[in-house]
Amino acid sequence: MNQAAVIIDVQGLVKRFGPHTVVDGVSLTVRQGEVFGFLGPNGAGKTTTIRMLCGLLTPDGGSGTCLGFDVIRGSRQIKPQVGYMAQRFSLYEDLTVEENLNFIAAMYGVPQRRQAVAETAERLELEPYRQHLARNLSGGWKQRLALASCLIHRPKLLLLDEPTAGVDPKARREFWDRVHQLTAEGITALISTHYMDEAERCHRLAYIAAGRLLAEGTVEEVVERQGLTTWAVTGGDLHELTRRLQGLPGVEQVVAFGNSLHVSGRDAAALGRSIEPFRVAPHQWRQVATSLEEVFISLMSGEGGAS
Amino acid sequence: MRSSWFSPARLWAMVVKEFVQMRRDRLTFGMMIGIPLLQLIIFGYAINSDPKHLPTAVLVTEQSPFARRILAAMQTSDYFRVTTVARSEAQIERLLAEGRVQFVVSVPAEFSRRLVRGQRPQVLLEADATDPAAVGNAVFALGTLVNQALERDLAGPLVRLRAGPGPVEVIVHRRYNPEGLTQYNIVPGLMGVVLTMTMVVITSLAVTRERERGTMENLLTTPVRPLEVMLGKLLPYILVGYVQMALIVLAARYLFRVPEVGSLVLLFAVSLLFIAANLMVGITFSTVAQNQLQAVQMSFLFFLPSILLSGFMFPFRGMPDWAQTIGSALPLTHYLRLVRGILLKGNGLAQCWPELWPIALFMLVMMTVALKRYRQTID
Repeated sequence: MNQAAVIIDVQGLVKRFGPHTVVDGVSLTVRQGEVFGFLGPNGAGKTTTIRMLCGLLTPDGGSGTCLGFDVIRGSRQIKPQVGYMAQRFSLYEDLTVEENLNFIAAMYGVPQRRQAVAETAERLELEPYRQHLARNLSGGWKQRLALASCLIHRPKLLLLDEPTAGVDPKARREFWDRVHQLTAEGITALISTHYMDEAERCHRLAYIAAGRLLAEGTVEEVVERQGLTTWAVTGGDLHELTRRLQGLPGVEQVVAFGNSLHVSGRDAAALGRSIEPFRVAPHQWRQVATSLEEVFISLMSGEGGAS
Repeated sequence: MRSSWFSPARLWAMVVKEFVQMRRDRLTFGMMIGIPLLQLIIFGYAINSDPKHLPTAVLVTEQSPFARRILAAMQTSDYFRVTTVARSEAQIERLLAEGRVQFVVSVPAEFSRRLVRGQRPQVLLEADATDPAAVGNAVFALGTLVNQALERDLAGPLVRLRAGPGPVEVIVHRRYNPEGLTQYNIVPGLMGVVLTMTMVVITSLAVTRERERGTMENLLTTPVRPLEVMLGKLLPYILVGYVQMALIVLAARYLFRVPEVGSLVLLFAVSLLFIAANLMVGITFSTVAQNQLQAVQMSFLFFLPSILLSGFMFPFRGMPDWAQTIGSALPLTHYLRLVRGILLKGNGLAQCWPELWPIALFMLVMMTVALKRYRQTID
């Protein structure tokens, strides 16, 4: 995969809105055919970064290329080859599915428009809804229409900003299958998300918080670099246990997962010593592999630092 | 936590919430205060349905004490302000067509001789009656004015002339609108009012709606150029404007029987400039407004002075100078004169020019503002 062409290559992107630095020195490298996950809490600067990549916003600092064109001066060359999907449904609610697709195709100057619209509708199984107003579609179908409008001009790069927010699990799964299918054909996708299961379906990830890039790599790399040891506890009064564990040396986070508790820390020895007194019935302890979720909670709580 | 059928605490919380929201929406809050103030000032100070000191031209072909006396009396009256001493009929025609004067008073040759002989000579008052409200009172005043002015001169052997219906006959010609019909004034004027209303509101909404719904964001990621977006939004509304004009022209012709003296082609041509000026106002508002409600409010704020200060509802010359200055900056003021000039007076392009360039200037200024603001909203 590393031999593939570099599609996004930016260094030190900065964006300020008034006194606030929303994106602060973000560098990204995304290669062709990758599904690149973009994660981070709300307000971390994910949307702003994506908007800079697709030419909606001009960066205040930094440099780099997107699809081989300069991100600052080349937005006119970049736009025709990018499919951007905003967080919010941003097609025309008062147009039909077909009218929306036709309009977007015309905006991109797609040749043989009628055919392209028909093909895209067919590909995304939108055909039964062609004459429906976008307003009347359910969340999952709206999202599918939005994806169709991103694909109609056969872009090389997809920038999808939380595309599955508010979409049911089945539709989400189908959406990700489709994205993988597209990247298998050579399209590159950068997707921001809050869902851990989605993050785990990405080839590579970047984690951003308060405008700064905190982690980058494959799922395994990101987990490994954080160096967390995690124990799972079941049984007994877990609320009481949480209260007593918090603040002990080596215990960096205690997170409830349904009927179990995940206790993690980077100093495995100190963590082991701290939990020793509680390893009695009715609690059952077992060491588990640290998941991405624990890593992100750790990063979000500011314990993580840069990897 | 009880759910009684009426809870004062709940009611109070609701009221407090409404006030907090009202205060957050600065523009709406400002409009609540601003619009009544604006109306108060305009209705209270600016509007006067009995206009006075109307510009008047005089054409005197005879130098005589009697003629001088009449002119002096007019000067001192409230209604007339002699601005021009005309030398020819042609000059009079031009002054009236361009709307530079409201009245022309002509004292014919041999006036004194006929007066002395008791032949009741005529004084001719020609009024620009496109707006009947502007001329009504002045016309009634002139008859008494002239005869009273002469009373003092009719001494000695001329005293006999004081008896009877008065020594002088004042003939009134209501030009362009002989019967003084209000619809001759209102119906062409409505064209400008309707265009202002729809063009400003519709365009301010059209762009704001795209932003409010988030579709603008999607649009801007496509290769479409800002100019294409703007023109693409404006062209359909120019067509809408023409359809509205056509409707009003048809209604003017078949329902209200308003004369069409001038060229409709010229009317439609000069209207393009007016439509464009209003569209630019709409675009400018849309770049400022946060949502569609604000866009409508701003449009209303523009519409209100337009309709009140332009001379549509009340005679323009009845307003004090400051109000006339504001009115002169508004495109509707000039457009009303253009439409009435073309339809009622049969004005050609040359006579339209004094009203055309202010609209063009307004449009250029608005376009600069609109383009500048529009660019800022993208980033």
